[in-house]
Amino acid sequence: MSPVSNIKTLKIDGKDFSARQDETILEVARQNKIFIPTLCDLRGLSTVGACRMCLVEIKGTSKLLPACVTRVEEGMEVTTTSERLDRYRKSILELLFTERNHICSVCVSNGHCELQSLTQRLQITHVHFPYRYPKAEVDGSHPRFIIDQNRCILCTRCVRVCEEIEGAHTWDVMGRGIDAKVITDLNQPWGSSETCTGCGKCVHVCPTGALFEKGRSVAEMLKRRNFLPYLTLMREERD
Amino acid sequence: LSKLRLATIWLDGCSGCHMSFLDIDDALITLLERVDLVYSPLVDTKVFPEGVDIALVEGAVSSEEDLRKIRMVREHSKILVSLGDCAVTANVPSMRNPFGVKAVCERAYCENVKLNPGIPDQAVPKLLDRVRPIHEVVPVDVFVPGCPPSASVIQYVLMELIDGRRPELSTRTRFGA
Repeated sequence: MSPVSNIKTLKIDGKDFSARQDETILEVARQNKIFIPTLCDLRGLSTVGACRMCLVEIKGTSKLLPACVTRVEEGMEVTTTSERLDRYRKSILELLFTERNHICSVCVSNGHCELQSLTQRLQITHVHFPYRYPKAEVDGSHPRFIIDQNRCILCTRCVRVCEEIEGAHTWDVMGRGIDAKVITDLNQPWGSSETCTGCGKCVHVCPTGALFEKGRSVAEMLKRRNFLPYLTLMREERD
Repeated sequence: LSKLRLATIWLDGCSGCHMSFLDIDDALITLLERVDLVYSPLVDTKVFPEGVDIALVEGAVSSEEDLRKIRMVREHSKILVSLGDCAVTANVPSMRNPFGVKAVCERAYCENVKLNPGIPDQAVPKLLDRVRPIHEVVPVDVFVPGCPPSASVIQYVLMELIDGRRPELSTRTRFGA
């Protein structure tokens, strides 16, 4: 009986790496300090490939693949940075700015926002697409938290943390395409939700100022995410 | 060495970018050795002149008056700089866009007014349906995000442009900075 190797060797940006077969390109890149931009990904939550920021080129296919949900394969040749990838990533980010109303200067998360900092990291100084200025709701019915749909980028971190970690499944996504939005229960005011435990995990995993605590003013909303990998690890050990 | 002609203009913004410009303090003197300030809310010239080398534009395009001004600025300027988040993204002025001009004017001139309520039809420039960033209306050469961009960023931008270089801004400022 010959042992089947579960170690794969691959190239990322021309350098050789080895990885376990159940690892994704994003995981291998991070272990080796190769930067691939992400927005919906968060350690401790399931991966959904929603934001498309982590798209990479793989030799032999003309399609761009999301590094967060693409597993390593033997002999794979991955490119994480190119003019084409840069163009796509910038376009995706710029489109996020046009889809809702992101006014950084008056946002609770100004200076602590993943959307904002990624925009700077990708050297975007203005948005090439016309802004849509949709009318988006702000729900302040919860006693402690607020959801401002103007700032939501539909990463679904709140949906995932609520279902996977808290086990409440208060959050979900309603509608399709440009009409999609996150909702509490069956699109009822958050404050009247019968499933919400008020744990606040959704607030702290939210990458922007869409979910925040009441009483926070401009730039005051600091998010704490350290609890997440810790909780996940504890559960894995118990299983 | 002939001096470059600098103009600054203020559309729909709060004047914070101009305040930040003044905050370059003693560097203003160095700057004025290199440029003539030919038009600005800070000087007394009433008409935007021709042959401007560098134009700093603060604020978004919000009214028919703004539209007229920005077209004139573009026509008369070699380098047009979108200065600050209102010029670059439409920022806070754009927060009226989802509501529409009618609702906004009724709120401002009727609902919240006790004395002579009514939407003005003269003297006040007519508002456009939507507030727009400058580059959605005329071509822009340099984008300087920030609310406001810091004095050091404005100074850097001006000195680079005066020396004929393109300022590199993504590492120095950002939306909301």
